[in-house]
Amino acid sequence: MSARNPKDNDPVLPAVEERVVERELVGAEAALGETFAVPIGPIHPALKEPIRLTFRVRGERIVGVDIRTGFAHRGIEFMGMRQGRNLIQILYLAERICGICSVSHPIAFTQAVERAAGIEVPPRAQYIRVIISELERIHSHLLWAGVAAHELGFDTLLHLTWRVREKVLDVLEELSGNRIDYAIPIFGGVRRDIAPEQYPKVWEAIRYYRGLLEQLLDAFLRDPTVEARTRGVGVLEPKEAEELCAVGPTARASGLRKDVRQDRPYLAYPDFQVRAITPEDYGLTPVGDVYDKIVVRLLEVEQSLNIIEQALENMPEGEITSFPKIPALLAYLKKAEGEGLGWHEAPRGEVIHYVRLAAGEESLLVWKVKAPTYSNLLSWYPMFEDQEIADIPIIAASIDPCICCMDRVYLVRGGKEEVWPKEKLLKLSWEKTRRMQR
Amino acid sequence: MILKTLVAQLISRPATNRFPVKYMPKSVTRFLAQVQEGKAKIHPPVPVPPKFRGKIAYDREKCIGCQLCIRVCPAKVIEFKPEVKKIRMYVARCTFCAQCVDACPVDALSLSPDFLLASTDRLAPELIVE
Repeated sequence: MSARNPKDNDPVLPAVEERVVERELVGAEAALGETFAVPIGPIHPALKEPIRLTFRVRGERIVGVDIRTGFAHRGIEFMGMRQGRNLIQILYLAERICGICSVSHPIAFTQAVERAAGIEVPPRAQYIRVIISELERIHSHLLWAGVAAHELGFDTLLHLTWRVREKVLDVLEELSGNRIDYAIPIFGGVRRDIAPEQYPKVWEAIRYYRGLLEQLLDAFLRDPTVEARTRGVGVLEPKEAEELCAVGPTARASGLRKDVRQDRPYLAYPDFQVRAITPEDYGLTPVGDVYDKIVVRLLEVEQSLNIIEQALENMPEGEITSFPKIPALLAYLKKAEGEGLGWHEAPRGEVIHYVRLAAGEESLLVWKVKAPTYSNLLSWYPMFEDQEIADIPIIAASIDPCICCMDRVYLVRGGKEEVWPKEKLLKLSWEKTRRMQR
Repeated sequence: MILKTLVAQLISRPATNRFPVKYMPKSVTRFLAQVQEGKAKIHPPVPVPPKFRGKIAYDREKCIGCQLCIRVCPAKVIEFKPEVKKIRMYVARCTFCAQCVDACPVDALSLSPDFLLASTDRLAPELIVE
């Protein structure tokens, strides 16, 4: 902690944008009066990934926050565009944008390339992609629930949830061969079929989770400790969620029925009639606090189980890929030209990949990734407002942030960090659009 | 409620996989020799699923040196040996995507269930397949 005025030209403590809450001060707070800054990160024991949060606090209350990102920029898009990789190699690069959403990024990326190149995906492959991505959603939401319990200091619940999560990882290992980074989608289909002898394993896992769901809901939602720590904490009003373009469970917990699977169905999702889940489905009025985010994520586990069940029952027969031979696929992609957009509802929200292909080139011309945390990060501002310091970890964790996925650009010139304001970025994007139109 | 959970915990098996032996033997080599002779027993390792992607296996005889695996490998694991027209693989770099296995036209590559690949030396002989 530092009592120095953060507005001095101090590189460690950047100027915090004043968003001071107008509120009457009482008791000890009135005695404290002035605010001071608490810097957290980029390297901090409580952070899993590098990000810098500078809080302005008055006593124990947060009155403002400044968020700086860009400490984990890996240059994945650059590696994909400039370093002589072909599209199949870039696919595995896309898979490694995020370790948890490790099938969401390939699904969005393959869709983008398939739209650009005009490749059809066989129905069975679409179903397999849906099954794998829904299994991934179960694993990601349970992982998040465990992390949330840990951030609340409730480690028993963490171990309980993560033990339950092992089952879905076993199923993913059974279906794909890997616990994470499943390497399942490929352009024009999927790489591994679900064999008849594997169905019982998936059904068994579905039954296992169905039996445990009530217990999980009980452990999280009817626990006085969890409720006391999460009710009314980190509130994101529906209006703010809409204005700040929150996506995924963060938006749905505020009561917005916003889900890419519902709004713009892709792959086999039109068959399942997915409806975005909000706390209303659990009989609660959406508040948008951390409790509601737990409700939404746990209910989405059940929704995913329903989708997997339907998919397994109605699985069409047929080919799993339209390009069984890799050399034919490589040759086709080399000839392909055009641009494409791919989207997917990752466990954390909407992920978008944009690609542009050029004929005669194996690599990509343009590749742009938008990870869900990029949209959700701004909702931290209203969520942190007027909260206590002790609630910082759970509020930060409540959007399920993935900093590495989100860090898309960081400018360093001559050893100094550069900040580009909105106007400059807009001007640059106009220039780039004109350049590309030529 | 608590009592019920407590009793259930007492009789249920642990969630984690069991160690090969309950207590550390005084001499590991002697114990392993005893296991080989059939005098001592260890808990068998947990089997991996049939499609498991472990250390890559290479059939040198089948390989025709087409270099397709090198073209698709995202991690640049595979090196071509032009004098014999065969390949050499550095498993320490492998990401286990198995794209080379799918690409191989003569099925010279396959994935073994071997997953204990930790080593302090990236160029250790057991981490180079050729």
